[in-house]
Amino acid sequence: MALIEAKRLTKRFGDFTAVDGIDVEVSQGEAFGFLGPNGAGKSSTMRMIGCVSPLSEGTLRILDMDAASDGPAIRARLGVVPQEDTLDMELTVRDNMWIYGRYFGIPRSAVKERSERLLDFVQLTDRADSRVEALSGGMKRRLTIARSLISEPEILLLDEPTTGLDPQARHVVWERLFRLKQQGVTLVLTTHYMDEAEQLCDRLVVMDRGRIAAEGSPRALIEAHSTREVVELRFAVDEKVDLGPLQGLAERTEQLPDRVLLYVRDGDSAVAELSRRGIAPQSVLVRRSTLEDVFLHLTGRTLVD
Amino acid sequence: MSTALSLRAFEYWRFQYRRTWRGTIVTSILNPLLYLAAMGIGLGTLVKGQRASSLGTNGSYLEFVAPALVATTAFQTGMFEAMYPVMASIKWIKTYVAMLASPLGTRDVLNGHLMWMVLRILQTSAAFLVIGALFGGFPSWDALWCLPIALLLGMAAALPMTAFSAHTQQESSFAAIQRFIIIPTFLFSGTFFPLSKLPLPLELIAWLTPLSHGVALARSAAQGKLELLPTLGHVGYLALWCVVGFWLAHRIYRRRLRP
Repeated sequence: MALIEAKRLTKRFGDFTAVDGIDVEVSQGEAFGFLGPNGAGKSSTMRMIGCVSPLSEGTLRILDMDAASDGPAIRARLGVVPQEDTLDMELTVRDNMWIYGRYFGIPRSAVKERSERLLDFVQLTDRADSRVEALSGGMKRRLTIARSLISEPEILLLDEPTTGLDPQARHVVWERLFRLKQQGVTLVLTTHYMDEAEQLCDRLVVMDRGRIAAEGSPRALIEAHSTREVVELRFAVDEKVDLGPLQGLAERTEQLPDRVLLYVRDGDSAVAELSRRGIAPQSVLVRRSTLEDVFLHLTGRTLVD
Repeated sequence: MSTALSLRAFEYWRFQYRRTWRGTIVTSILNPLLYLAAMGIGLGTLVKGQRASSLGTNGSYLEFVAPALVATTAFQTGMFEAMYPVMASIKWIKTYVAMLASPLGTRDVLNGHLMWMVLRILQTSAAFLVIGALFGGFPSWDALWCLPIALLLGMAAALPMTAFSAHTQQESSFAAIQRFIIIPTFLFSGTFFPLSKLPLPLELIAWLTPLSHGVALARSAAQGKLELLPTLGHVGYLALWCVVGFWLAHRIYRRRLRP
């Protein structure tokens, strides 16, 4: 059964269409990702799923209820990790857990018991009595995650869960999220980090300008929209690159200001063919195709502000 | 159901107050002491004899000014509680945003905060009433009527202010409100002298503010001189501010918090 089922989901702000009639289904126990550049409509979609933003058009069913009419009942069963922290900086870690649990009407004794358990889960037990203000960015993020779990939600919504964190902190968050997934919590997240999507998502959609550009597992997306390997050629800065001799070498060739990318099935044989043709770049790098290649291919390389 | 949800939002305000209550208690005791000493005793010694009897309070300036200061306190508490705390809940601390991720809706979030404002207005007005009584500013138990009046007035200030704070994006507007609304209203609301002493155009402007009506009500009530028609007029005017303010606040909360 689909826990989340969106049909022709649309969000407009005046003349601007942020989400343009997308269809999405998320199943029980799945980790589902919305991937896309800034302004692609990820956060607007998440806010509609979180039942804090009314739909402009379409239908949205969550946990077999209607998002338009059953908002409070749906929210009672969702956990939300918003893009920007909404912690109370002047309260302690434990007090933040306490008051948030009370919003859900959870009995006092249960809030206490769950707080201790969840703070332990996100490794914040020894900071329980610190004011949130004094915590690092990674700790705040972990607290937000612990807080979102106080209602024992069936679906956890995470809007850019690791944006702004250092690599260590990101890995701790990923590891905790992975554990939640193993416990059967359905994860829905947005990200613009390809490694995050590859680490966490079973299935994802690439969004671009309010529409879904592609959908599938990370592996399937790479197979469908990129080649197995990529050869990156760098030439000297002032060298005028003539793509002529590269003809027929790759399934797709892309010229960037600083390098040439060859999308090929077998990188090593492409490199061998290069030297046979007498092409000698300054440096050659053979790597596996990543989600990033898919992403940039589908959403373009233009900077989005 | 909905009341229960509003109470959950209210619980936040009660909970976070544990952090700041000491400061507010000092303020709500110190303010009456300072005002009553300066206005009632200091200024009051100058206002005597015939001048004082024209105030209609058996010759005591203290009795003239004390109920009005209860009203002023309620008005200012209502204004301040509806300024920075509301903006912070939307923009800085994002308390409302956190609440809205739970089953609470915008109406519950608003009502819970309003309940808290009611409590704070009652608290500061009651403190003023008690200290004013100790100073001898209230001749009879009729002064207790000042409390419901203070509440009505406080909310007539707090509700529209809540709507405005939720609407505005700039905290600098609060400094302007302080300078151009709160202080002038305080001075020209009939608190320190009867509004009838003002030139007519100014007097009419002064009657537009809720505070003037609250002061008039509180003063008449404390002297046991509430008359039906003027009372209905004042109460009706204050209620109008409340109703319009509530309607606006509700609309703006919805627009701001559920875009």
